[in-house]
Amino acid sequence: MVEFLQFTLSGLSFGMIYAAIALSLVLIWRGTRLLNFAQGGMAMFTTYIAFEVIRHTGSYWAGFAVALAAGVVLGAAAELAVVRPALGKPELNAVIITIGLLILLEGLAGIFYGGQFRSFPAAFSVIGLRAGSTPLGVSRFDVFVALAVLAATLLLAAGFRYTSAGLRMRAAAFNATVARLSGIRVARVITVGWALAGLLGALAGVLVTPSTFLYPNSMDSIFVFGFTAAVIGGLDSPLGAVVGGLLLGVVLSYAGGYLGSQGSDLTALVALGILVVVLMLRPDGIFSGARVRRV
Amino acid sequence: MSSPAGPPEAAGAHGAGGAGAGGAGAASLVIEDLVAGYGEVIALDKVTITAGAGTITAVLGANGAGKTTLLRAISGMVRPRGGRVLLAGADRTGRSPEDMARAGIAHVPEGQGVIAELTVEENLRIGMMAWPGLAPRRAERAAALAEAYDRFAVLADRRRKLAGTLSGGERQMLVIARALVARPRVLLLDEPSLGLAPRIMTQVMDMVVRLSRENGITIVLVEQNARAALAIADRGVVLNLGRVVAADDAKTLATDVALRHHYLGFLAGAAQKDQGEPRRKKGGSAWSSSFSSRSAGSASG
Repeated sequence: MVEFLQFTLSGLSFGMIYAAIALSLVLIWRGTRLLNFAQGGMAMFTTYIAFEVIRHTGSYWAGFAVALAAGVVLGAAAELAVVRPALGKPELNAVIITIGLLILLEGLAGIFYGGQFRSFPAAFSVIGLRAGSTPLGVSRFDVFVALAVLAATLLLAAGFRYTSAGLRMRAAAFNATVARLSGIRVARVITVGWALAGLLGALAGVLVTPSTFLYPNSMDSIFVFGFTAAVIGGLDSPLGAVVGGLLLGVVLSYAGGYLGSQGSDLTALVALGILVVVLMLRPDGIFSGARVRRV
Repeated sequence: MSSPAGPPEAAGAHGAGGAGAGGAGAASLVIEDLVAGYGEVIALDKVTITAGAGTITAVLGANGAGKTTLLRAISGMVRPRGGRVLLAGADRTGRSPEDMARAGIAHVPEGQGVIAELTVEENLRIGMMAWPGLAPRRAERAAALAEAYDRFAVLADRRRKLAGTLSGGERQMLVIARALVARPRVLLLDEPSLGLAPRIMTQVMDMVVRLSRENGITIVLVEQNARAALAIADRGVVLNLGRVVAADDAKTLATDVALRHHYLGFLAGAAQKDQGEPRRKKGGSAWSSSFSSRSAGSASG
């Protein structure tokens, strides 16, 4: 029972990271019907920026803030500079461009920092918390991870729900034609979507890297799990992204915990298994309404 | 362009019916020699139309005549290849749909006017996005919503419901309500009666007339249902294969037997019965008779 609690809590903590990546993918998908394969690469890049800032200032929070700001700038810049010129052309063009952007960012990181693994600090203690004498399987930092992603998600949700800018973003995502005809500058809304996605990605980067080390490919597997979470939840649904992320985090945590020494090697396979099952039962994802979509 | 097919004595009748309101925001819409198309297909070939401020102009024609493309070219969804679009005398040719909306042109595309995933109230708030300035005051927004609910009681009851749950008629009401919230000077309506039950169609058409008469909005109405459109319009324009083949007073067009026979597909003397009319929708008789009487009423008044 104690083990179950530990695995669940640590799964939820990691699941929040997947949820953040999934949410960033959903934000872009809803606006442009495009999967941003560079999302993980962008998060890795902004984490390197945080790494540099922390090294020079000695302040974790300065690095944290700069990483988030860099995520916003990088997201918007990527949309304006390389993605927008490809919109309106065959959809595969933009997909290939995001893969190219991923290779570029990982290449640049490799040029500047080489391939070695670097440790990245955590904001809070990573020593496991205990309830009395029972270890809970999570640390203060894990709690911070969960709360930070939860806060970001709730802020986004409230922004979408209650602000005029959020209404513009939803209108543009659901029906770009009507949005444009109503005077909403959809192109600008899409750029904002990319900026917010960049922010979430950067958040995920600085939150996960203390557990994974920092290297040019450090976000690749996190991206794959985040992508899986987004598809599980339904690429159109922000709520689905969060639920998909948590579900994936918990199940992978059980797999890693209960399957013994082979468990950690099997996580990718388990993730694939979940994906296959969900797509067989609900091809559009758990939270996506059944709708015909142009492909 | 061909010359209008109507009898010459009717030409001077234009303006007598529609110019009545002409509210403060009224603006004329002039289309000059507009050319537009898709790829190698020319959908509009030097189309010229003048819609006086506060009037209703019906654009008629068969499928493929270029009616929808005309509205899309005016609102900026299709970039014109030639010609000009003048709103209240100012050249707006080639502007983006966003700019056109902010300039006061509201385009309601066929059958897709509401955003089904948003609530009724959110759909109405979308109408405020074309307002000038950055952040309208809360009181101003609330007043606009209250006005819309006042006019459309059925929407007030459903303000928190998703627009996707509304019936066809309610959706059309929502679209028109949103257009009103946007405070447009020109309203482009593409087949507002498509797929609606006769009684609802009558309500929608009544609303179109009121928008013109009471709010002074210039309306360009694209309709397959030629008789219904001509019954409420001041002017009629008939398109065929992208060209204007007739442009005249609506009453004149409605009585032009040769024109109806060639382009509009309804026969003389069929006003009170359905036979011989290639109507696409069910229940056209109530619709047409309703508007025949309506038209007679408005003509005498």
